[in-house]
Amino acid sequence: MAGMDWAAIQTVVWTLVKILALVVPLMLGVAYLTYAERKIIGWMQVRIGPNRVGFQGLLQPIADAVKLLMKEIIIPSGASRGLFILGPILVIAPALAAWAVIPFTDTLVLANINAGLLYVMAITSMGVYGVIIAGWASNSKYAFLGAMRSAAQIVSYEIAMGFALVGVLMASQSLNLVDIVQGQAGGLHQWYIWPLFPLFVVYLVAGVAETNRAPFDVAEGESEIVAGFHVEYSGMAFAVFFLAEYANMILVSALTTLMFLGGWLSPVTFLPDGIVWWLLKTGFVLFLFLWFRATFPRYRYDQIMRLGWKVFIPITIVWIVVVGAMMQTPYGHFFH
Amino acid sequence: MTYTTAIFYFFAAILVFAGMRVVTARNPVHAALFLVLAFFTAAGLWMLLEAEFLAITLVLVYVGAVMVLFLFVVMMLDINLDKLREGFWDYLPLAGFVSVLLVIEMALILGSRHFGLEVMGTPAPHPADYSNTRELGRLLYTDYVYAFELAAVILLVAIVAAIALTLRRRKDSKYIDPAAQSKVKRSDRLRIVKMQAEKGPVARIQDSGEGGA
Repeated sequence: MAGMDWAAIQTVVWTLVKILALVVPLMLGVAYLTYAERKIIGWMQVRIGPNRVGFQGLLQPIADAVKLLMKEIIIPSGASRGLFILGPILVIAPALAAWAVIPFTDTLVLANINAGLLYVMAITSMGVYGVIIAGWASNSKYAFLGAMRSAAQIVSYEIAMGFALVGVLMASQSLNLVDIVQGQAGGLHQWYIWPLFPLFVVYLVAGVAETNRAPFDVAEGESEIVAGFHVEYSGMAFAVFFLAEYANMILVSALTTLMFLGGWLSPVTFLPDGIVWWLLKTGFVLFLFLWFRATFPRYRYDQIMRLGWKVFIPITIVWIVVVGAMMQTPYGHFFH
Repeated sequence: MTYTTAIFYFFAAILVFAGMRVVTARNPVHAALFLVLAFFTAAGLWMLLEAEFLAITLVLVYVGAVMVLFLFVVMMLDINLDKLREGFWDYLPLAGFVSVLLVIEMALILGSRHFGLEVMGTPAPHPADYSNTRELGRLLYTDYVYAFELAAVILLVAIVAAIALTLRRRKDSKYIDPAAQSKVKRSDRLRIVKMQAEKGPVARIQDSGEGGA
């Protein structure tokens, strides 16, 4: 009996080590994504971007983190205390938990579960609670407006996102993320982006909307409602919202890579597959996020609703039927 | 006590506590959030039963969509709790009768004669590559396909009916058709008027007939 306990403890400790090995690089990625964002948008707007702290401003994210850690967390006197603190926690927890099933190569994955895709969808759909609770618990009109906008937006785009994933599920005939990537083996032309191109576009744009990034950032909308749902947060509590937003951005980019761009598979057969391709492709999708932000003005609220319900959902439903029909033709082998 | 049993009791305790708080919480938003916790914990329990598809769908549909809308509505209402609690003692006998009935029904069904271990043995655990989703899909689309399609049609009718009942065109709506908006040409909105800059205001009014572009 003692031997079994020892084995169980070993498993738990080993899993914790693996979680740490996943979260630490992720947090570093988040930190340097903020740096990349400021630099890239700076260049796009013919500015220099941060260049004071460290060589070329490379230590800027560290300085920002230290600054936010030192700041006082102010809880407004009219706030619902417990929920005010719970808000940021409920935002960051799903953003990190979803990473449990994301594969980096066919063996490098924390939990290779059969229903991986469903798990990711379910966990990411929980993130909206943090935003709603934060907005409500702040007891502030701007924060509440931001929370309401965010709830409406995330619920609307989740449907289109889910339908886009149904297309991937049909093409790969699996919910396991490793199997989905392996279904795209054989070079660039086998990636699901080609047969599922409309779904790829819908997924990417819905992903931008789900992460509340520009041009879908009405939940924050600086020029309208100050900072939206997190207007009352300061110091580390604010930083947690920030971390979650960027972790979610990387997550959506990683999922786009896995489902449409062949994950860790090399685009040509004569080069070996590997995590390098995963990083390159995810980096490219992340670059698109920053590019969108530098390019597009913020959507108006009614335009966001129209795009989600009247454009994206019909497109995905039609394309699911098209994929179903294509699978019955001689070109069906394209999918698996 | 094995590891899974310990997890079961842990989840079950949270579920019972959350369920109690849904009814007893004074603030309706807190009650809704405890309902979210109850759903999430129930999903954990289903996961222990190897029903991962149902568990994840419970989180996806009820926690991720239904409860968000519920919370959305509850937050915007100004609910007077004292008014709500006024009729407590009047309704207590009826509520007591209903709950006693529920307990009797459950006792009849779940009694050891029908649900005991000798009648319903512990099912053998499935191997790791067993996909609950695939099995469920196979059953739904083969053996139970008519029932499934009937349910789908009923839901569709319900959606259409709900939209038809609530759809009304407001006359004062400032809705702008985006298609018409993007088709606008410069000439629809803008008229360039040519006039001589040095002429006085009186002369300009006389010239306005020929000034239009």
